[in-house]
Amino acid sequence: MKRREFLTLPRQALGGLLLYTLTGEPFRISAQQDGTVRVPLRFFTEAEARVISAACERIFPSDASGPGATEAAVVIYIDRQLAGPYGRDKYRYIKGPFVESYPEHGYQGKETPREIYRQGIRELGDGFASLPVEAQNQTLAAIEKGHFFQMLRMHTIEGMFADPMHGGNAGLIGWQLIGYPGPVMTYRAEIDKHYGVPYRPKPASLEQIIGRKPVAWEDEKA
Amino acid sequence: MDNLKPVDVAIVGGGWTGLMMAKEITTRTGLTVAVLERGIPRKTSDYALDMDELDYAVRLRMMQNIAEETITHRHSLRDPAVPVRQYGSFLPGSGVGGAGEHWNGAAWRFLPSLFRLRTYLTEKQGATRLPENLAVQDWGVTYDELEPHYWRAEQMMGVSGKAGNLNGKIIDGGNPYEGPRRNEYPLPPLKKSHLSVLFEEGARKLGYHPHPAPAANLSETYKNPDGISRPGCAYCGYCERFGCMIGAKSQPSNTLLPVLQRRKNFELRTGCWVRRIVHKDGKAAGVQYIDAQGREMFQPASIVVLATFTLNNVRLLYLSKIGTPYDAAAGKGTLGKNLTHQVEGNTRVFFDKPLNAFMGTGGLAMRVSDFDGDHGLNGSEGLLRMGMIGVLSNGSRPIATFDAVPRGSAKANWGSEWKAAALKWRDRNATIALSGEHLSYRQNFMDLDPTYTDKFGDPLLRFTLDWTDHEHRQSEFAKEIAQKIAPAMGAVRAEPLGGRARYNVINYQSTHIQGGTVMGASPESSVVNRYQQHWDMQNLWVLGASCMPQNASHNPTLTILATTTWAADALIDRYLKHPGSVA
Repeated sequence: MKRREFLTLPRQALGGLLLYTLTGEPFRISAQQDGTVRVPLRFFTEAEARVISAACERIFPSDASGPGATEAAVVIYIDRQLAGPYGRDKYRYIKGPFVESYPEHGYQGKETPREIYRQGIRELGDGFASLPVEAQNQTLAAIEKGHFFQMLRMHTIEGMFADPMHGGNAGLIGWQLIGYPGPVMTYRAEIDKHYGVPYRPKPASLEQIIGRKPVAWEDEKA
Repeated sequence: MDNLKPVDVAIVGGGWTGLMMAKEITTRTGLTVAVLERGIPRKTSDYALDMDELDYAVRLRMMQNIAEETITHRHSLRDPAVPVRQYGSFLPGSGVGGAGEHWNGAAWRFLPSLFRLRTYLTEKQGATRLPENLAVQDWGVTYDELEPHYWRAEQMMGVSGKAGNLNGKIIDGGNPYEGPRRNEYPLPPLKKSHLSVLFEEGARKLGYHPHPAPAANLSETYKNPDGISRPGCAYCGYCERFGCMIGAKSQPSNTLLPVLQRRKNFELRTGCWVRRIVHKDGKAAGVQYIDAQGREMFQPASIVVLATFTLNNVRLLYLSKIGTPYDAAAGKGTLGKNLTHQVEGNTRVFFDKPLNAFMGTGGLAMRVSDFDGDHGLNGSEGLLRMGMIGVLSNGSRPIATFDAVPRGSAKANWGSEWKAAALKWRDRNATIALSGEHLSYRQNFMDLDPTYTDKFGDPLLRFTLDWTDHEHRQSEFAKEIAQKIAPAMGAVRAEPLGGRARYNVINYQSTHIQGGTVMGASPESSVVNRYQQHWDMQNLWVLGASCMPQNASHNPTLTILATTTWAADALIDRYLKHPGSVA
């Protein structure tokens, strides 16, 4: 049996509301005394997760404009997507023949997201996570037109802003960053007010709003 | 194969048209009706748990599973076709209610001229000035004949809007260019978003006639003529690609299904994938399908109604060998011809103040129809038809809308510079969009693909489709208008999007796919007659947008409902009494 892999993350890095985001199944954590959390990985090895985490941080960095991919735990989001039906192309047409076509026909390849990531991580190299930031940026710039990078970039945005039930947007940090309130049930009294001024209700997750635990698609039994 | 007990009417597809026809038949006759839907059951109480952008708007949970069946596409007869491997330019729904569950709610009528477009253009331009490859034709049914059916659909749904033409009288604040209506809308217009107000004021300054879009999102609590009561819209912003958690957006599951569930002569079977219409001696005998347990079934029926999405209506007729396949090279045959989509032309506009655009609802749009049909065209544009221009406030969700930054604001589309720009502009941008008529052409059509197959091994449907110079001109004209409206509505920048590109299957455009089983005046020019009865098989009826010979600028849902009750009247009042052609 495959050895269980964990990603160890410093508590302080993960937004402000860690306990809310990281409670219960399927996101079971074993909090350590030293202020870190160990998150069980579903698809990546720990070394792979570190490479992806570092790449996501370059795409959506923590900087003067606010927190980024590390605080939102984007790598955990990607890990779960790849482990689930999306990662193995359960919802893509995968019958052959596979032929190259015009760009207007989109990705026509045979490789699944899992395979694209594994190949992409190999190309970034084991040492990517420990490279200086400038070297990381140069490495990514060299592949930015490629399918793997475009996918990673899209997944980083998804991991920042998807409901925390999917593993990213830890502590709703992505929604706090952009002032998105979450799936609020009604704005009937607000829609025709606040014209031209920011209206920014405190964000809430779908679970907080409906008072029940929604099941993410990737967590459903096949 | 198991032979089931015969029913009077077998309806393929449990979306708007199938359930509407089922409601008419089971309400007005004692005939037994079985609806065969290949997706899952759906109900309003499912939808609160589904307000998740990732699973529903990004991973497209309500759509047909594309791994099981897709289409192939090529730009012309000369190109090889390849499969659409992941959804992009349109999104076929699945499950009870079909795409009528996940739609936005735009509930327009078509322009009167659209129903007789061949005649209209010939009168206006002269036959010799029309392009040789133009395939537009008259529907055989007119706006005046459909007007009472539009009104039935509007009442059933509870459409919110403002009339602009009541019995020929032009009303301020409504759409002055619409066809004459006999009644004001059942409900007043929706509330206005900030974006709506900005567009309305800007367009009015330029002398245009902005008006709210008619919406099937209820502006107030509403009880329809069937006694179904539903609450007013909450503007939560989760319409497009979602079902409504309170039932305020009209969907088959919250309007037609509650009525049908009370009918003893109605049966809905989900998980049933119809593979063939079985026929003998020019008469449909029933349908063959695979049920939810994987068993092969034969459902005998006296009447078969084909009521799936455009793609499957056309494909099932091909697979069942009913009708004459269209031959594009020879210009002969009818099945599969006149494939159309929708013409777009987008301009992204940026503001220095926030829009709070996360609030909204699917049908909350402000439009100008001053260039709809051929209004406002002087001939110098090289355009036969244009469309509507406007803005939509259907709730901006964070994943889909994060990436809009003005050109030149970052060197790459990742990293600190890009992130700062995307954060700054995220709630300060909008799109002025064209919803343009798509004319039909001889070279755009559907047939079966020779190479790729579905999960059962049946051939996929193949699109041969590309834009022509006319669509590019429509798009460019819309962007010119948007450049005028943008500053008038207070935008600080206005950037036209896209260019003269070929048709692409990647970027979402709309789920308005029309044609393939078009209606018309004769068997030489159409698959079904003006009542949507198949010319070659009189106990087979075909419903929906596949019957439209060309596309309107307006979203098709209300028209597919109006043509469905129009067909239902002919079927029930005439065909049942005297089985035979009703044309």
